[in-house]
Amino acid sequence: MAQLTYREAVAGALAQEMARDERVVLLGEDVGSGGVFKTTAGLRDRFGTDRVWDTPISEQAIAGAAMGAAAAGLRPVAEIMFSDFYATCWDQVANEIAKACYMTGGQLRMPLVIRGTNGGGLGFGAQHSQAIENWAMCVPGIKIVSPSDPSDMWGLLAAAIRDDEPVLVFEHKALFGTKGEAPAGDHVVGLGEAAVRRTGDDVTLVGLARTVGMCLEAASTLADDGVSAEVLDLRTLVPLDAAAVLASVRRTGRVVIVEENPGQLGWGAGVAAIVAEEAFADLRAPVRRVSGGNVPLPVAAAMEAAVLPSADKVVAAVRDVLTPATVTSATGRG
Amino acid sequence: MTGSVVQDVGLRGLYEQMLRIRHFEAKLDVLYRQGRVRGPAHLGIGQEAIAVGVASTLGPGDASLGTYRGHAHALARGADPEAVLRELLGREGGICGGKGGSMHITSVAHGYYGSYAIVGGHIPTAVGMAWASRIRRDGRVTACFFGDGTTNIGAFHEAVNLAAVWSLPVVFVCENNQYMEYTPIADVIPVARPAADRAPAYGLEPVVVDGNDVEAVRQTVARAVERARRGDGPTLLEATTYRLGGHSVADGAAYRDPDEVSAAWLRDPVVKAAQRLTETGDATAEETEALVARVKGEMDDLAVRVLEAPTPDAAAAWTGMWSDGSSTWRN
Repeated sequence: MAQLTYREAVAGALAQEMARDERVVLLGEDVGSGGVFKTTAGLRDRFGTDRVWDTPISEQAIAGAAMGAAAAGLRPVAEIMFSDFYATCWDQVANEIAKACYMTGGQLRMPLVIRGTNGGGLGFGAQHSQAIENWAMCVPGIKIVSPSDPSDMWGLLAAAIRDDEPVLVFEHKALFGTKGEAPAGDHVVGLGEAAVRRTGDDVTLVGLARTVGMCLEAASTLADDGVSAEVLDLRTLVPLDAAAVLASVRRTGRVVIVEENPGQLGWGAGVAAIVAEEAFADLRAPVRRVSGGNVPLPVAAAMEAAVLPSADKVVAAVRDVLTPATVTSATGRG
Repeated sequence: MTGSVVQDVGLRGLYEQMLRIRHFEAKLDVLYRQGRVRGPAHLGIGQEAIAVGVASTLGPGDASLGTYRGHAHALARGADPEAVLRELLGREGGICGGKGGSMHITSVAHGYYGSYAIVGGHIPTAVGMAWASRIRRDGRVTACFFGDGTTNIGAFHEAVNLAAVWSLPVVFVCENNQYMEYTPIADVIPVARPAADRAPAYGLEPVVVDGNDVEAVRQTVARAVERARRGDGPTLLEATTYRLGGHSVADGAAYRDPDEVSAAWLRDPVVKAAQRLTETGDATAEETEALVARVKGEMDDLAVRVLEAPTPDAAAAWTGMWSDGSSTWRN
């Protein structure tokens, strides 16, 4: 079976959608030459300069131009090189794009995608490593996609482009080199459908993007000890497949939510609240979160690893929830 | 080819539009003081010639975007005054369904793609619309209004730069009403003219027009629109005017010299247009006075009608976040 990388899946999905729909146009910094992460490689040669536009370093203009083009009926895909840079154009995203349809009584529509590299683990430091899905999750009116493998990167990005709403797609930069099965034919993965990556009975591990791999690694380790962990990949935070989380937790009675963003207000807190409010009677142990630390991300390898979640931290958290007597003493320092 | 038909409207037509907008807002001022308006309202009394002059150069396929001081921007494009007033008074049938209010009046059916309340946030949006026109070669021109204070916002500079680099069909219209909210614009810019003196930085000609002269605005903007439609790129226009009222209806503007305000009333663009009509013989003073009385009466009737309308069903708050009318974020 043919293989492709998570990085190649980005260009693959973009090409699939550009070939399918001439309204799909790309803009962003260096996207014409393939981009800093080579995620748009070959697209300008194939589709021409009328479809692939290099912009100045102007994130407000990029996000705003995407909004205007969407209002005019195109399906723009904008690139924000590092998701940290959303902070420079958050007005366009949170105040304008997210609210345009609602605020105008449905007169404006925003069929647009903004892609950005996201997440840590590569030593890029505090301003180029953040996982910021939780920023977006505070704002009603935008969909949030965070693929965990190449096939999903392709299929979810394609679905985001076909979606009639604004979608932020987060490409985890530590996953770009990972390989998976190349999709065959027209590949689209519906937004809002969580995937069970491993079945299990004792505990539910809920992950997103890079933390899905940590959950799977943890589940393997735990299996050696006779613990059966189910791994659920949320894939999208909005729409959120809460039903999938609740169904799994009702069966296992335990849940560990693994998120890369700082725990002080991560998306995991929202998922934890849903579980606590709607599945409390089925819980056999307190809801547990493994989150990024509540500090900016440092660069030195040992320090960055200490702050980010890991398979070992997930294993430790699962052992805690399987041992009720130790639960209250096991919270992390961050 | 859309938007190629410029409205054929004489001074009399322009005057009538300005008059309607003036008395719509004057009525709104009264309603606000009676506590009947939901939220803030920012009036453009004294600035009507710009909105009307610009709108008169745009065809039905053209686009425009305005600001939170945008009633005139919307009405001049043809937005229904009753639907606008219903929105402002929180009544059923508001132009944004009760979800937008004064600062977000939108009438896409009339090519008016919204009023925006984050200063400068919409300029990149206007540029994006013009970018779409360049890609599709649809002949549409996009006009974008903003105030003098906006020229100090980063989004303005990013957007004008991009429009110039990509040679997009957009006309930037700076309404220089002399005040950045409560602060004189002169106190917060290092140049004399907030927009015109920034134009050369983007390779654009500085263009200044008397924003209280509706015919001058129309002529100047018509050239900019033609240029944009030809594919020759954007124009950054500065229309000089004066905000005769406060920043919002809640602002008495006591920080201004009363002599300055009195002098500005002598340059009232609506009165100026009426005078010009009598000078040219297109209307007598009696005719314009009768028109004023009629328009005032229409606005009084409109207000009565809208105040009698029911308020929207609260359940509508839970609809319409997505374009299919739903608002669901989870299952």
